[in-house]
Parts: sequence; structure tokens; C-alpha cells
Amino acid sequence: MFNLLHTIKHALHLTPQSHAFRGGVHLSEFKRTATKASEQCPMPRVLMYPVKQHIGQACEPLVKVGDRVLRGQKIGKSQGYVSVPIHASTSGIVTKIENHIIPHPSGMGLPTIFVEPDGLDEVDESLIPLPNYRSLSPVELRERVRIAGIAGLGGAVFPTFIKLLKDKLHSIETVILNGIECEPWLTNDHQLMLEKSHQIITGLDIVMHMVGAQSAIVAIEDNTMDAAFVMQNAVEDMKLSQVIKVEVLPTIYPQGGEKQLIQALTGKEVPAGRLPIHIGVLSTNVGTAKAIHDAVCLGEAMTERLVTVSGDALPSPKNMFVRFGTPVCFVLEQCGLDSCDDVNIIHGGPMMGEILRPTDIPVVKASNGLLAMKKATVMASHHEEEPCIRCGDCSDACPAGLMPNLLAMHCKEEQFERAENYQLFDCIECGACSYVCPSHIPLVHYFRFGKGQVAKIRREKVFAEESRQRSESRDLRLRKEQEEKEEKRRIAQEKKEARAAALAAQAAAATDVADEALTETVSEKPAPTPKAES
Amino acid sequence: MHILLSLSVFSGFALLVGIGLAFASRYFHVEGDPLADKIDALLPQTQCGQCGYPGCRPYANAVAALEVDVNHCVPGGERTMLQIADMMGVEPKAIEAEETAPVVAFIREDECIGCTLCIKACPVDCIIGAPKQYHTIITDHCTGCTLCLEPCPVDCIDMLEVPETLEKWAWPVPGTERAKVGVERKHQHEGIDV
Amino acid sequence: MILLSSPHQHSGNSIQLTMFTVIIALIPAAMVSVYLYGWLAFLLLTMCIGASMLTEYVCLHLMKRDIKRLWDGSAALTGLLLALTLPAAVPWWMALFASVFAIVLGKQLYGGLGYNLFNPALSARVVLLISFPLQMTSWMIPMHAGATLDMYDFGTSLQFFFFGPDAVKQTWDAVTMASPLGYLKTELGQGVTVSQALSDYHYSTFYAFIGREAGSLGEGSALALLFGGVYLLARKTISWHIPITYIATVAALAWVFNLINPDVYAPAMFHVLAGGLILCAFFMATDPVSSPSSAIGKIAFGFGCGLLTWVIRTFGNYPEGAMFAVILMNCMVPLIDYYIRPRVYGYFRKRAKA
Repeated sequence: MFNLLHTIKHALHLTPQSHAFRGGVHLSEFKRTATKASEQCPMPRVLMYPVKQHIGQACEPLVKVGDRVLRGQKIGKSQGYVSVPIHASTSGIVTKIENHIIPHPSGMGLPTIFVEPDGLDEVDESLIPLPNYRSLSPVELRERVRIAGIAGLGGAVFPTFIKLLKDKLHSIETVILNGIECEPWLTNDHQLMLEKSHQIITGLDIVMHMVGAQSAIVAIEDNTMDAAFVMQNAVEDMKLSQVIKVEVLPTIYPQGGEKQLIQALTGKEVPAGRLPIHIGVLSTNVGTAKAIHDAVCLGEAMTERLVTVSGDALPSPKNMFVRFGTPVCFVLEQCGLDSCDDVNIIHGGPMMGEILRPTDIPVVKASNGLLAMKKATVMASHHEEEPCIRCGDCSDACPAGLMPNLLAMHCKEEQFERAENYQLFDCIECGACSYVCPSHIPLVHYFRFGKGQVAKIRREKVFAEESRQRSESRDLRLRKEQEEKEEKRRIAQEKKEARAAALAAQAAAATDVADEALTETVSEKPAPTPKAES
Repeated sequence: MHILLSLSVFSGFALLVGIGLAFASRYFHVEGDPLADKIDALLPQTQCGQCGYPGCRPYANAVAALEVDVNHCVPGGERTMLQIADMMGVEPKAIEAEETAPVVAFIREDECIGCTLCIKACPVDCIIGAPKQYHTIITDHCTGCTLCLEPCPVDCIDMLEVPETLEKWAWPVPGTERAKVGVERKHQHEGIDV
Repeated sequence: MILLSSPHQHSGNSIQLTMFTVIIALIPAAMVSVYLYGWLAFLLLTMCIGASMLTEYVCLHLMKRDIKRLWDGSAALTGLLLALTLPAAVPWWMALFASVFAIVLGKQLYGGLGYNLFNPALSARVVLLISFPLQMTSWMIPMHAGATLDMYDFGTSLQFFFFGPDAVKQTWDAVTMASPLGYLKTELGQGVTVSQALSDYHYSTFYAFIGREAGSLGEGSALALLFGGVYLLARKTISWHIPITYIATVAALAWVFNLINPDVYAPAMFHVLAGGLILCAFFMATDPVSSPSSAIGKIAFGFGCGLLTWVIRTFGNYPEGAMFAVILMNCMVPLIDYYIRPRVYGYFRKRAKA
């Protein structure tokens, strides 16, 4: 009876679960590569390393053309705090360093290091494995995570070491291991959990040691129950079931979003403008946890990742370990695609990824999926925009609680202040609103446009203010110079007049005063006035 | 009698309202920013003089004093014009000059003779150099006002479009041709190197 | 090649799908209307749908909009909804006028689909009611409610529809009767108690539910309407917020006041089943264009509709208040959308969680 009531409540969206995030959509999953054993992608003829593969400052190339590099050797030095180095993913010769296109919607490029593999795949062994990490200090481990070039593999590629900070003010109670793969088509996290569960749990343990957390939750959706069992077994094998709990959540998009997952698991919301650490939570992706394990226990820098290569135009989709720098087209060819020209290639998942135009773009740290889609499939989802019928489906789907239709209207009309009033910057660009829109309005595109324009307006405002100050200080300076000049001129004038007066007096005196008196006057001439202070 | 009553009622009412208004104007009086300050805050501060006034502040003063139309700020573009028109409560007017891409000045240093004339012309002090030395422009501070072009005796200053960087790239409005995005970018990349 | 932003996947929902789902949901009610009023109902439905679509076509053509929009189904739905709110006895020219009004003034002059403030069908219906009160409150005696009229065959219906009662040698009074709401209003005005009036009318809750009481075409059967409403809810074309809060508000108000004074205030069940409440709650108030976007706004909207409906029915001059209530609440939608917004993630009201 209670179950029935619960089901009814669920259907009416009254109390969906104990604490689910609001909104969300159920997607068609198309997980063609689910439970397909991973394969190693063969070596391409050339590897390309853009100097920036994370959020933050770009790296500075450390190698010159002609240098020989080894697998795991640092070839880009991080600049600034929010930055991690980049490493060569095989041994070979640096052939050139020049601007090359990167996976980005703008189609712009970055300086890129080209390496021609020599086939030996020699490993740089400068990083010593640290298998008994429990006895090491978090500071040392944090430096290792940074040196190994680890950035969040869930898609945001934020340098991981920054989060792994033991903060006295905000102690982290719970570490969340994000094993939720909510993007359609993608199965790489799922497969990684099936194959490398022990490494992932070890990585999680390292993170817990580093931040001093007492408990951890492995979050998995109920469409990947097998992964939940495997992870549970791994936790029990490693005798960590006291502190690490595996939790299965009902599948809904975008549950893999950091804020949404935290809400679904703990019921707490990350306050606006703050970070998960402020509510005592740290979340990390399963791929990142595995990379942390490799960096610490095996002394391996991050040089490859598991990529889902799939899509409806691909004859044999696969989960593949692909070295960073491998050209996208080469990877797709390994899965039986003849030509990259007649398909649309999506970098990432279909909900948040971008369509790549040229195909000699390298696989980077953010590449969780490469989808070769038929052009017709993609075009069908980008149907011509029709008028908004204000149905509110977007508002129901929005996990952030926004009203996407009104927000998009303000962005479209370029009323950006109104858009900000409707909380434009709280949009997480998950795409749930565009997905459900019956009018096929590219809502997310409008939000991205709006955000870009607002950022531009803010920059211009700051620049105008700076220019105004510079202009004002220049005017002030000129005026001061002018005044000084006039002051000098005035003093000179006065002097001249004084001299003239003296001369006149002299002349007058000369006429009726004796010669002796004249010599006296000259000697009593006033001392020269001090020069104007300059 | 009735007339008297209605007269007294209405004059009483008028008196009441009048007193209310008088008090309101005294107690709710706001020492607001003078209009010119507000307009000045909207202007892009390029100090370019394209409006016919020697800088942004004089133009703001002129607009506030209703001496000149709202549509003379070329670098501010349509958005600034609309904002000013909104603030002044006047009809927006189209800007006559065409909106151009943002530019910055660039000195071809091997041709510079070090005359310091451009340094004197720059309204935001962003050209550095000394007599008989090459001058150079602080690109980050240049407003693209073109005031330094005219005094240069050897014509060694170019106006170059500001190159678009990855950090400053923004999504264009939906429906923009990808090819157009690409062409614009290519065009800009051929400018100065960053 | 256009620069496309994510997402690159879509649910497949479309305006056309939404509109046709609503049309399908209205088919039971339309069938009941044909069952009750025979060919007359059929003629009226055809007239309204045909005229609406033709007007839409002309408008799209004149306003140089995409002719394909005609097939999004919104004009056909407007026509169908309009027909279902009309009494069976209205003449053809009124149906035509209302259809043209709904499309031109109700929708296209606002800027087309998505921009209209009011529900087009309802606004046309209100204009008719105010302009032609006699015809709009003369309810045809339903075929199966004991009427012994021999005018429900095709030929007679056709003549009646186009030339009025004189053509078939009838008078208005002979073919029409009062609706339960109208009868109650008149009787209450003369000091009769509610229970007395209802028993005089031979009102039956059961018949009102399955459909035998006089009224507009679509108001006949609550059952048929609920059928369609549940279908819409199941297909998630509409959300439960508006219809449930709307009906619940009316029922709750009626129940409380009926407890206070059963002689003056009609019971809850009567209010829910009589008149166009269910039709309005499931099909009119839920019109996406003229209702709020957010769930919480929809609840406020439904509550407002319910309150106004009951107030107009009980204290107003008109016996039926559902459509006025919806139209009035339509005016409030921009305000509701502005002031009642969902709480944004990460922003807390005063009573913040620890």
C-alpha cells in the first residue's frame, strides 16, 4: 500500500525521492558500447599536444624541434596556479611546434607540440611510485597529482590538485566518487568501473587520505547496476566498507552534474557563488580517481584515457584507451569509419559536447567521447526554431530552477540586464531545456550567447573606466604642466618687470644723481629670485 | 449652496494634495548624480573625438545640456546610443557612421623617427618612448581612437583589428554561419601577433 | 553550415505533436456532443474547425508567414475548442464570426502562435456571450434527455443551422431549455432553496457525470472530458498543476460554503460537474501560451481560476464563471511569471538549511 502511494507521488512529482534535485529529464540512452571490453588504440603517425588541455592558464613548451621525448616526459611547463603540466604520451621526436586547431566550438587554435612516435614507447621513469601513500603527507601527494598533469576527467578538466586541499576552515566530511555517466552514448566511466574498480577505489582512498575525509560515497545510477556490484565487491575486498558506501540512484539527466549529484546524495545545495568544499563535500570523477592512483602508486603521468568511440554512423563502436594527442579521425578509423567527411563528429556527449569540423584535432584530457553521427541525425535535433508556446517544459526540466523560455527571450532581445535578473549565470548549460523544447528553440545557445555578451560588456565597462581614469589623469597632468608653465612665465615676467623698473630707476637716477650714487644702486640690486620649484 | 460645497471640497482637496506634493519634494529629494556624470559613465571613454567634442566628458556635458543629439558616439555603437536615449528620454536616432570592428594602433618601429608627436596626441597616455627613441603602444590600453595617426610625420602607425583570443571568444547569436565565424577569425589572426 | 551549440539530441517533441495530442484528447468529448445533439453538433464542429483553419491560412498568407504553420494544428485545435464551448443551437454565422475572431483578434494580431495573451477560443466565446446573450444562453435540449423533437435528422439540422428555428417551424423556446447553472441562478434569485431548485430541474449527478444535462457541446459529459484529461496527463502534454488546483479550489470553496448554508450555496459536486468547469480546467486553462510557465506559477494560476469561477458563479450576474475566470487569470500571467518564480539552485529563502 505504501509502495503504491509512493509510486503515485512519484508520478505526480510530489516527492520523487528523499532528496532528488529538481527538474531533470529521462533521455534515450543509445549506450551501444555498454560492457564492451576496452581496447588499446594503436599508435598514430603523429601525436599533437595543445599547450592547454585544462581550465586555466596555458603551459609553456619545454621542448624544441628535434628533441627526443619519452612517454610521460613533461613537455609543457605549467604557468600560474590554475594550471597543470602536459606530458608526451609516447617516445618520439618533436617535429614542429605551431598553432593548431583544438576541440573548441570557436574552431580556434593554440600552440601545439607535434611528436612523431619512434615506436619504442620508452617510458620516462622520473616519477617514483609511492605505493604506501598512507604514510606520506598530503602536501607531497598533492604535488604528485599536480606534476602528473591530472585534470578532472568528467568533462570540466579543472586541475584536480587545487581541490585536494586539506583546509582547516572547511573540513571535508564526504568525498563523492562520481560514477554517474548521464550523457547518452557514453560508456567509458561505466567500463572503467567494471575493469579498474580496485584502482579507482585506491584512488578514492588516496583522495580521502589527502583531504582527511572520514567517509565516501560511490554514486552510481541504476542503469549500470553491474558497475555498482563490481565497485561494492572492490570496496569489500579492500576492507573499506566501513567508510566507503556504494549508493545507487535512479537514472535521470543531469545527475552527473556536480551540484545535482551533491544534492541527490546529501540533500544539501551548494550555495550560490560558493564551492562544494564550503558544505564539506568534494566530488571526483572515477576516471580522475584512477588517474590519481596511477600517478601515486605507479608513478605514471596522465598520458591516456578511456574514450567511448561510438555514434550511429560508426560500424564498430568501442571503448578505447587513447593516448592524448591522437588525431580524432585516426581513432574513428580504428572503429571502421571510412571517411570523416560525411558524418558529424561530436566531441564529448551529445548533451554538452561540441561538433568538430576539421578532423585532425587531437584527443585531449577532456575527450570522454567521440561520436560519429549521421548528419541527418544531428540535423533532426537542430530543427528550425519555431515560436515559443510557453509550455513550461523547459522550466520543469531545468535542474537549476530557472525559467529558460523567458531567459532565452531576454537573451534574444539582447536585454542582458533582464537576463541577469533571471539568473542567467546560474545556468549550467546541461541542455535539458533544449532537449525537451517542442519548438526546437536552441535555448542553451541563447544562454551561451548571452553569457558571452554580458562578459564582453563587463570587460568593456572595466576598460572604459580605466581609460577614463587615464584620460582624466592626463588632463590633470597637462593642466598642471600648463599652470607651472604659466607660473614660470609669470615669474619671468615679474623678474623682467622688476629689472625694467630697476633699469628705469637707474636711468632716472642717472640723470640727476651723481656717479657715485649710481654704482651704489647697482650693487644693491636684489638677489635673483629663487627658481620656481620644479 | 451646492456650488459652494463642491468648490470648497475641491479646493480643500487641491490644497491637501499641494501640501503633500510640497512635502514629498522636500523629503524625498534625491541628490542624484548629475545627468552628465551618468552619461559619461555610459560612454566607451575612447576619447576619440569622433563626436566633434574633445573627449567623452565634453560630449556627455553637451548631451546633458541638450546641445547635441544622442547619436554621435561612434565607438559606443547602437547599444550606447539606446542607453543614452533611454536616460535622456528622447527618441533613439540611428548612428550615421558605420560600426567597425575594434582596432588598436600599432607603430612600425623601424620607421619611427622618435618625434614624440604621437605621445602628445594620445588621450590615454598609452604610447611610451622618448625623443629620438622608437615609440611603442601599450596595446592593452589603446582605445583605438586614431588620434595619433594624424600628427605622425612619417605615417608609421597602423590601426589593426584586435585579434580574438580563445579566452575572449564568445558564442555568436544562434543561426550564425560557422564559415563566417571562421573567416572573421582568420582575418583577425592575420593582424598583429599576440 | 551553421555553428550549432549542444545539445545535439532531442526528445522529438514538437508543437504539432502537442497540438494533435490535445485534439485526440478532445475526440471523446466531441463524440459525446454528436451523440447528444446529432447532426447539429457535427455541423457546428465542421464549421468552427474549417473556418478557423481557413482564417489561419489567409492570415499567414497576408502576414507573409510560413504557410507550413497551418499544419502545426493550433488553428484546428482553436476551432475544435471553440465549437465545444458553444451551445448546439447557435446559427452558422455566429460560429463563423467567432472562428474568425478567435484566429484574427485572438491570435494573429498579437503576433501569432505563442504571443497571444488570452486563450483565443475562450476570448471569442466571451465576445459571443456578451454580444449575443440570448442565443448563447439558449441550450438545445439533448437528444437523449427525453426530448421528443424530430429535428435531429440531417435535413432538419441543416435547415436549422443555416436558417434558424423558423425554417423548421419551431420556436427558440420549444427547442431549448435552461442549463442547470442557469436554472439554479434564476431560482435562487426568487428565493428558492438549492435542493428545491435542483429537484425541480430533475438534476442528477450521475447524468451530469456521464452526460445528459443541457449545456455547450463539450460540457455534456464529465466522463469523456476526464478521459481526455487523463490521457493528456499520462502523455505529459499538460501537467497536473492547473487542472487539479483549479477543480480542487472550486470544490473546496463550494464545500465549505455549502456546509455553512446549504440553502444558498450549491454543493461541491454540483459545482464541479455542472457547466464548463472540467472542460476549462483540462483544456482551456492549460493552454500553454496563456498560462504560466513554472510549476509554482501554474498552481497560483489554477487557484486564481478556481476562486474566480466560484465567485462569479455564486455572486456574479452570469450563471457560468469558468471562462471569465480563465480569461481574467490570463491577464495575470505576465505578473505571475514575473513574481512567482521557482527557487534557483543555491539561493535560499530566509529559512535556509543549515
